[in-house]
Amino acid sequence: MNDDALSAIGDIAPGHDYEAGQDIAARARSYLIGLGLAVVLTAASFWAAQTHLIYAPGVSAALVTLAIAQMGIHLVFFLHITTAPDNTNNVLALAFGVLFVGFVVLGSIWIMAHLNHMTMTMDQLMRMQ
Amino acid sequence: MSAAAATFTPGFVAPAVSREATGHGDAGPAPKRVVAGFGFWIFLLSDIVMFSAFFASYAVLAGAVAGGPSAAALSDPNVVALETACLLLSSFCCGMASLAVEARKQALTQLALLATGLLGFAFLLLELREFAGLVAQGAGPSRSASLSSFFALVGCHGAHVTVGLLWIGTMMAQFYAKGFRADILRRYLCFSLFWHALDIVWVAIFSLVYLMGAHV
Repeated sequence: MNDDALSAIGDIAPGHDYEAGQDIAARARSYLIGLGLAVVLTAASFWAAQTHLIYAPGVSAALVTLAIAQMGIHLVFFLHITTAPDNTNNVLALAFGVLFVGFVVLGSIWIMAHLNHMTMTMDQLMRMQ
Repeated sequence: MSAAAATFTPGFVAPAVSREATGHGDAGPAPKRVVAGFGFWIFLLSDIVMFSAFFASYAVLAGAVAGGPSAAALSDPNVVALETACLLLSSFCCGMASLAVEARKQALTQLALLATGLLGFAFLLLELREFAGLVAQGAGPSRSASLSSFFALVGCHGAHVTVGLLWIGTMMAQFYAKGFRADILRRYLCFSLFWHALDIVWVAIFSLVYLMGAHV
């Protein structure tokens, strides 16, 4: 029994898009769809950063949303992380990674913003004297 | 041959055998390729957690320009767009190489991997040119905390791309010299995961560092 046949009955490795009966052409089409969606989202990001059509303070939110959407596209179409039952291990590891990225990034921003807010700047200190 | 016989890796704790054969252990320990892929996936996630620390320091320090320029303000959006296109197409070529490997086509595999590597190399050249331009304008990493964190984050990604280029070269040589052997296929699986993950990190960089930085 070769590796492909094994994967049909076992777990699926991340990055491996084996599906029974799916030929190379169908999988090439899936990569093309992923590429197309990624190009559209990238173009939307560059457009959102330059346009005046979006309410200016909302541009950051738009960029974050588009970035998360594009990461999702990459995960599904290029890395082949799906919610299928045979992908549970990979998805759980990903969820744990995302949790930690959230802790590190949002936690740092939150704490440092509060520190900046609570700490007097040097000229404020000078004025107190 | 049974699935369990050849695939048990020392150090790997096999999950408890369940009752169903739907991919949860009834067929014995997972095949080596799945274990290798999962292990590398864990490494990639830890690598991304490390990147998140660089992102966090950039987010905190981006405004600390010490009266100087910010990297995002100096960068040319067209160059960033070109870099993004290079890396995205490179990721796509890597996917095409995966299909060529699946189809066991040597020439196509080599061609797709060459395209992957050349696009990655083009990305790296554009990035190095941008870095050199910043340093020449007096906006090197020692100018301000903002620029230090910028060079640390983007440079760390660039270093990953450099390692990836070396890896592409060795993969091409291994496919050429050793053919589509099971162990080479596992290495290629890990490489393709690595290369696609780098593109995901770049999505965060161009969105959050370049586009948002130039806008704010």
